Amino acid sequence: MAVTTMIGAKIHRREDPRLVTGHGSYVDDMQQVGMAYMSVVRSSQAHARIKSIDITDASKAPGVVAIYTARDFKAVLSGGLPVTESLIADKKYVPNQFPIAESEVVYFGEPVAVVLADERYQAADAAERVQVEYELLPVVVDFEKAMQNGSEKAHSDGPDNIAWDVNFPGGDIDAAFKEADVTVKERIIQQRVFPMSMEPRTVMANFVPFANQLTLWTSTQVPHFVRIFLCFGLGIPESQIRVIAPDVGGGFGSKLRPYPEEYLAAASSKLSGRPVKWVEGRTENLQATTHGRGHIFDIEVAAKKDGTLLGLKVTNLSDNGAYVGVFGALQSALALLLAPGCYKWKAVHGRTVGILTNKMSTDPYRGAGRPEAAHLVERAVDLVAQELKMDPADLRRKNFPSEAEFPFTNALGMVYDSGNYAKTLDKAQQMVGYEDLRRRQSELRKQGRYLGIGLSTYVEICGVGPSAATSHVSGNLSLVESSVVRVHPTGSVTVAVGTHSHGQGHDTTFAQIVADALGVPYDSVEIHHGDTADTPFGYGTYGSRSLAVGGISIYTSCQKVVDKAKKIAAHMLEAADDDVVFDQGRFHVKGSPERAKTMGEVALAAHLPGLPEGMEAGLEAVTYFDPPNFTWPFGAHICVVEVDPDTGAVDIQKYIAVDDCGNIINPMIVDGQIHGGVAQGIGQALFEEVVYAEDTGQLRTGTLLDYNIPGMGEIPELELDRTITPSPTNVLGVKGVGEAGTIAASAAVINAVVDALSPFGIKHVDMPASPDRLWKMIKEARK
Amino acid sequence: MIPAAFEYARASSVDEAAKLLDQYGEDAKVLAGGHSLIPLMRLRLAQPKALVDINGIKGLDQIKVEGSKLHVGALARHVEIQNSEVVKDKLPILAEVAGEVGDNQVRNMGTMGGVVAHADAAGDYPTIALILDAEIVTNKRSIAAKDFFKDLFTTPLAANEIVTEVVFPVADGPHKYIKFRRRLFDWAIVGAAAQKMNGGWRIGLTNVGPTPVRAKAVEDALQNGAKPEEAAQHASDGLNPSGDLRASPEYKKHLSRVLTRRAIEQAT
Repeated sequence: MAVTTMIGAKIHRREDPRLVTGHGSYVDDMQQVGMAYMSVVRSSQAHARIKSIDITDASKAPGVVAIYTARDFKAVLSGGLPVTESLIADKKYVPNQFPIAESEVVYFGEPVAVVLADERYQAADAAERVQVEYELLPVVVDFEKAMQNGSEKAHSDGPDNIAWDVNFPGGDIDAAFKEADVTVKERIIQQRVFPMSMEPRTVMANFVPFANQLTLWTSTQVPHFVRIFLCFGLGIPESQIRVIAPDVGGGFGSKLRPYPEEYLAAASSKLSGRPVKWVEGRTENLQATTHGRGHIFDIEVAAKKDGTLLGLKVTNLSDNGAYVGVFGALQSALALLLAPGCYKWKAVHGRTVGILTNKMSTDPYRGAGRPEAAHLVERAVDLVAQELKMDPADLRRKNFPSEAEFPFTNALGMVYDSGNYAKTLDKAQQMVGYEDLRRRQSELRKQGRYLGIGLSTYVEICGVGPSAATSHVSGNLSLVESSVVRVHPTGSVTVAVGTHSHGQGHDTTFAQIVADALGVPYDSVEIHHGDTADTPFGYGTYGSRSLAVGGISIYTSCQKVVDKAKKIAAHMLEAADDDVVFDQGRFHVKGSPERAKTMGEVALAAHLPGLPEGMEAGLEAVTYFDPPNFTWPFGAHICVVEVDPDTGAVDIQKYIAVDDCGNIINPMIVDGQIHGGVAQGIGQALFEEVVYAEDTGQLRTGTLLDYNIPGMGEIPELELDRTITPSPTNVLGVKGVGEAGTIAASAAVINAVVDALSPFGIKHVDMPASPDRLWKMIKEARK
Repeated sequence: MIPAAFEYARASSVDEAAKLLDQYGEDAKVLAGGHSLIPLMRLRLAQPKALVDINGIKGLDQIKVEGSKLHVGALARHVEIQNSEVVKDKLPILAEVAGEVGDNQVRNMGTMGGVVAHADAAGDYPTIALILDAEIVTNKRSIAAKDFFKDLFTTPLAANEIVTEVVFPVADGPHKYIKFRRRLFDWAIVGAAAQKMNGGWRIGLTNVGPTPVRAKAVEDALQNGAKPEEAAQHASDGLNPSGDLRASPEYKKHLSRVLTRRAIEQAT
């Protein structure tokens, strides 16, 4: 390959001037002639039978075009929302979700009717006038109670509330516990949180009846995926549906599935004959966009008294909400498969039970199972360290696989590609001044001040996914990623990809890869994504996969282009193919660099007469890349907090993050991902929690007044550094970084809070570690 | 997040505003900074039939000292109160409190009159007004702060009555306002104010009941020579705060004591 010039360069994101000056183009910026606005009438009850829906009064409201209920939609929609059911090997009860409630509502905020009106305000006003009569049914909110025999049911016609119950055995767990000198148990709660993308979901649909064509603009991470399921739901051929995801203001995993409103807007356009737009308000966003996390993990840890970890038992209860999320079960599976973390255990045993409740579905949120895994195992090793009175850094180091042990197979059979865990921990400890800090901690304790130092040494999984490993858990999805690299006659390059950028900066990083791989100017490379009409089929962007799968696809396409270009260049240079070398965008005969053809010259030749015998014109390549393995980023984060024992307030004094995501395309973007990820992890650790009323199932944190999203005042200045351990699984040696910050952060913060409060005998703190919670714990401990 | 339909009128004088309010009747609301009212309307928790916008009334934003009184016009924005040399000089606790309200956007728009008339239990100015015996002046009369904050979101203001200014006594002695909150831009979970004035202490609490609270028992204990930590134990006497997602009643009472002690100790 060419000498690297752009890969690794700390250049500004090319998307930013457009986005930060308000020149982005989001779905809500778009209009269609004759467009009607859709407003969704949502259930005011968490569980009820719909006795009647009276639209008489609402129909008289100004500007109303039409009002539709499930009965109307049944004429044009069938089936239900997809669920990756095959993950659920011992599948129990997975209710089908039609995009709109017909006879029974099962969560607060579920669609029951839609109103189309000429103007957005008219639609909202008319929606208020739709009268829905409910007959209340028992509400299931507490998911631990919901799994018990004889519990009230989230769906009145279901057998019970159990969506799945699956075991993940790894090694002889009984033997591991028999060998133990100490065992510790804890219940670790992963509260529900809102993914809270800056841009709520927005959909615009235009169905053209005579052509039987649908165009759908939607704020999604997965345009091709949405197209497939609209094709099934609406019975329109995939070729007749165009899905466009233009600028998208964040997703964090909450936009990686088809949603009811996408079906409803498309169907409403078909029913009404008008283009239809729906814009989600923030209040709706909290009710009706999937939530993250929502788990209980009961853990039991066995260790020797020298700190050697032996066995880990994990029972996961997953609060699915009323309908199993599209990737709902995947999160529990990932949480268990990664529960061993970066440690050598003799045995790890996991069990997960998926439970239905009368709440919004849970689905991926930044990390999707890995923050849960990191949190539980990082808490587990701290619990052992506390029990053994060992330094938590020493205990970790003792149980890491060494660099020479890679590829390392964890206790549940996952093969970690490369790593050097001690190195990131060493670096983080140096940065924070660990020994001095421990001394300062004990001095402060004598003064009645409570400093805490929290470690989180995580490993995570990226690059989903190798089809061989994921197809049986993903519902037979191959999860390959695609690219088309096309060099135009004048030498500029268009790249179309199946991934989608909604904050990741792909326009920049992918162009950096192409510039190097083809030896062309960075500015001559244009990246297309998000429009199914001009991009190859791809599974979209999530799971930190875009670079490690999509990026490699692009690089591979570039290699194919270079291979063909080399043949053309050899023909032009009247040399044998094998005698021509490609170096920084120039083709020349070995040893004669002065007589060369540039990629641009070759590109022109590729479109003119005189090509080698039998060669087709054009210079482009397509790749569907299926990676040989996952990639496994890792790192060490250290958080330092001081807890005010009189108020319970937590002050983050320092936050160190040393991450290793393999080779790096753009350091600035990597740092940005860590910053955002850590902020969201801190949010979960200290501030955020979705609360439903236990008795009614109403959303108590229904606005941003009640839900604490951290802002700039709450996030400390982060100190970042990195190590680089290339991945051996792909040609660029890259791993992925989109979720690492979130995966590491909650454990680092909570371990710091527990460490601060350990003089009170406190061993565990639930999230969010709010001041009232901590004050109460301190008060109890002081008794 | 779309408000119900409403009419809108912009007044250029207090008299005109009062006339418009008369005209629209009970369901009209005065629009000042709008940073409480507009969110409530967007959530459809408030659905006024009409808004009377007073932002165009000249002179209603004045901040001035007359004798031993500080006059803060109803339309004085938080940022103006925060940065006013007059306020910093004559009633520095008010500048301190103004600087703790919301974020820049809120401080650029929100007003003294709006906060007072809205009478949110978590509002910070009402606590200061109460403990300093401020007067709330309207187009009709002057009302003592202790008679003004009657209940949660409840004041003696008539439908056509508009707050025009709040008159505080000058007080430049040691003072401190501590606003305990989860996030920098949040309302207070509990706020505690301490102001030394005329040789005695004025102590107040925010968000520990439906109205601001003057902690007389603490003031009296200090007067009788109690140390701050002893006196502050009385901060929760008689309090019966309601709990919410952020704090239990018990925690709020505890915070009242802790923050009162700190406010007195940190007053400068």
